[in-house]
Amino acid sequence: MTASVLPAGMAHAQCHACSLVMTIPEEARESRLGCSRCGTVVHRRKPNSLSRTMALLLAAVICYVPANVYPIMAITSFGKVQSDTIFSGVIYLFVHGMWPLALIVFVASIIVPTMKLVGLTALVISIRRRSQWRPQERSRLYRIIATVGRWSMVDIYVVTILVALVHLGSIASVEAQTGAFFFGAVVVLTLLAAQSFDPRLIWDSIEDNDE
Amino acid sequence: MRLVGCHECDAVVEEPFVPDGGSAICGRCGGTLFRRQRQTVEITLALSISGAILFVVANVYPFLAFELQGQVAQTTLRSGVSALWGQGQYAVAGLVLVTTILAPACQLALLLFVLAPIQFKWRSRGGIRVFRWLGRIRAWSMMEVFLIGILVALVKLSDMADIVPGLALWAFALLIPILAGALVFLDAELVWRELEAVE
Repeated sequence: MTASVLPAGMAHAQCHACSLVMTIPEEARESRLGCSRCGTVVHRRKPNSLSRTMALLLAAVICYVPANVYPIMAITSFGKVQSDTIFSGVIYLFVHGMWPLALIVFVASIIVPTMKLVGLTALVISIRRRSQWRPQERSRLYRIIATVGRWSMVDIYVVTILVALVHLGSIASVEAQTGAFFFGAVVVLTLLAAQSFDPRLIWDSIEDNDE
Repeated sequence: MRLVGCHECDAVVEEPFVPDGGSAICGRCGGTLFRRQRQTVEITLALSISGAILFVVANVYPFLAFELQGQVAQTTLRSGVSALWGQGQYAVAGLVLVTTILAPACQLALLLFVLAPIQFKWRSRGGIRVFRWLGRIRAWSMMEVFLIGILVALVKLSDMADIVPGLALWAFALLIPILAGALVFLDAELVWRELEAVE
């Protein structure tokens, strides 16, 4: 069923950890409050959400370049050494006819990180500009980014498994390379960026306009 | 009257009556406000216990064996982490350790610690302090992604050598839907109300 919405501007706050909604007295609005149920510090909005998100995004953009340029692993097989970047790993799967898997890795390793960087940046900019544009669609964009972000870890796990499994010296061995570090950094930084973004900010400029 | 907040858009709503098994949707942004699960404690606890057993199996036994020219190499979850560590990739090793071993282990332990006392009416303290970490831990528990990683690794190795799936791989494949199910059937609000009543 669909619930009706209470008028905006009332002093409520919701606990991030246990979801309890509390009514906050006017005089206590600026002070640090603990949740009456679980004790977690309650914020009406995540503190410094936009600055934190932007800082993490900036760090992620910086790591994004070496993550895609440097090889993530080197595969030695009968004396031949072959380096794999994120992109060449996807190409390998396509060439070998593994279409479904190639598609998953392409989405997880290339589309998702790029979409997270572009999408979150766009969301932050839209809030800075107090945009009224399509809040529902922007909320949905955030939901998608927050849900699919974790799937970028696939390539890190592939490297882990290959490194653990293939260690037969010069016959066959796999070594993790610099690209893996930077790619892991991009994944973690964008996950943290998505976590520090507060989607409720999307609605703030719309509420302000209603009043 | 209880108030409910929308996680997406922060609308504050008077809690509507929702029958067990139903869900409430925010009138402003269309996000799901909450779902009411039937028998949430029983089902989630049962799934968590099975999950814990499978988790032990998945960590003890090798999940893949690799055969090339008569030489065999096996790998467990831990050996993956230690191999990366051995190559000097400390950060990546730590990331894999946290997301595939530590976070899932904490998640399962937390569910057992909170739900078992409610189900069996044991007296316990600390449920509230522990339960509030569930959401944060969940964000870093990525076993389902690891399974896709195994598939990709299999394909990459298939024309290089013979790959033999191990016991842990099957445990893993079962553990993922079971853990996902445990979290789907978990109605955190109902658990919070139980914890609140006890402590």
